[in-house]
Amino acid sequence: MKEYTYTEKKDTRSGFGVGLLELGRTNPNVVALCADLIGSLKMDAFKKEFPERFYQVGIAEANMMGLAAGMTIGGKIPFTGTFANFSTGRVYDQIRQSIAYSGKNVKICASHAGLTLGEDGATHQILEDVGMMKMLPHMTVINPCDFNQTKAATIAIADYEGPVYLRFGRPAVPNFTPADQKFEIGKAVMLNEGTDITILATGHLVWKAIEAGHKLAEKGINAEVINIHTIKPLDDEAILKSVGKTKCVVTAEEHQLHGGLGDSVAQLLGRQLPAPLEMVGVNDSFGESGTPDQLMEKYGLSTDNIVAAAERAISRK
Amino acid sequence: MNPHNKSIDELKQIAAQVRRDIVRMVHAVNSGHPGGSLGCTDYFVSLYFKVLNYKAKPFNMDGEGEDLFFLSNGHISPVWYSVLARAGFFEVSELATFRKINSRLQGHPATEEGLPGIRVASGSLGQGLSVAVGAAQTKKLNKDNNLVYVLMGDGELGEGQVWEAAMYAAHNKVDNLIATVDRNYQQIDGGTEEVLALGDLRTKFEAFGWHVLEADGNNFETLLPALEDAKKATGNGKPVMILMNTEMGFGVDFMMGSHKWHGVAPNDEQLEIALQQLAVEAASDY
Repeated sequence: MKEYTYTEKKDTRSGFGVGLLELGRTNPNVVALCADLIGSLKMDAFKKEFPERFYQVGIAEANMMGLAAGMTIGGKIPFTGTFANFSTGRVYDQIRQSIAYSGKNVKICASHAGLTLGEDGATHQILEDVGMMKMLPHMTVINPCDFNQTKAATIAIADYEGPVYLRFGRPAVPNFTPADQKFEIGKAVMLNEGTDITILATGHLVWKAIEAGHKLAEKGINAEVINIHTIKPLDDEAILKSVGKTKCVVTAEEHQLHGGLGDSVAQLLGRQLPAPLEMVGVNDSFGESGTPDQLMEKYGLSTDNIVAAAERAISRK
Repeated sequence: MNPHNKSIDELKQIAAQVRRDIVRMVHAVNSGHPGGSLGCTDYFVSLYFKVLNYKAKPFNMDGEGEDLFFLSNGHISPVWYSVLARAGFFEVSELATFRKINSRLQGHPATEEGLPGIRVASGSLGQGLSVAVGAAQTKKLNKDNNLVYVLMGDGELGEGQVWEAAMYAAHNKVDNLIATVDRNYQQIDGGTEEVLALGDLRTKFEAFGWHVLEADGNNFETLLPALEDAKKATGNGKPVMILMNTEMGFGVDFMMGSHKWHGVAPNDEQLEIALQQLAVEAASDY
């Protein structure tokens, strides 16, 4: 198992903030909107440097989505910022009609996704957002794994014409991907080539998948670990190639099993390459208050859960 | 500059033709929304044949250097489609495809099929004002001095998003925007004041920080000056609201003033009566 190192843990939302600032400097069409969460979304620097291109919307997310749709008319590229819950469930119809169906070039940037939001509890811990967004025609869904990748993804989506849902989070996680990486939408990233099991992970679960790869190696299992940062469009080719070799697969995500990455992989494999599949994710339940680590443990999203799922999948080959 | 710039007499003839289109379109597919379409016909005809600065061909989605119009209450698509066709955005004959399979003229306006003149989908209510405000802010960023217009139904004001957008537009001094509410006092289930009373809309919008005008939406002699007044009121730090009194079903006597024709098509006999009432000197039905 390939070694990955990091010098510090950083939050993915800060990667968004730094990426947005860079976009402000390089792309005059980029504008940013925020619904009273500038500090949480790390949009302060953009606001300070480009006040004329920053819009404070207040606690009115439905209006924010409509404003963003309208701002595209005339060539602007709006980046909306609020928590993932308020970026999706609260404004689903606005996104559906004014953005997705209307084909508007809006970038919906969503922080504090999933259980790792922590102590605020289930009202804010959305675990259904990927499902809602990936169901929308025209929508691209991206969930990067660390600070550097979130920064790169933020910059990359400005060059892509069409609506994008960019999901990231609150906790500091190992920042291990290259600072100078080029982010390719829809292109899976191979982290470790293996032969016995394919582990497909997204977002915060990518680092845990790497840890699981090491634990499996100690047991003599050679895991192939792939970072699926883009859930839609899914990199079918990379997944089919890998599972064709390993013959079994585990998916890992900080999301409901219904509607998440595992669900997309199941559809793909069911149609084209049936293989034993185990899914690590939240199993049809809401979250609760607690520390991120406690919650990931309690809801079955730990490194050991990935290891156990891999062993189950292998045993079913 | 409006590409047609018609006289009032000409506008009246165009309005009668548009009303003929509306009743024929909804009759042909036995569905659609004639009531609000007929009520707002004079407003649409005024905009596209007298007031708006635009180029119909080639249609430019970004609309730079043009006035923009958004329809928030998308269910009155028949009037918009008829006016767009007659203003030159697409062939009048295409009106015959309204609500049919493989048509660009969807039940509610959409961009998906690429119909010229439409810049955002509408139908699910309450979203158009936000979109218009966003487009108006982009015009300001682009230093484009043209205006943004948006029409909403009065029943639609029950949607909270409208009031979010109303607060935002005033707070941010979006003064290159002219919103209009079609105040016909009707919605699907009955009168607006019975279903969910809107009350004194002038006072409400003024309290929200808007410059408010009132107009008779079924009388060109007063509607055109009101639209001119609205234009003059722009650029003064406040968004502009026209509370436009109309009669649902205007022009067809048995459809007038009742919510019952909100979303019901006339039968063959009713169509004939309606067309007799909507006589045009030189009718050019599609």
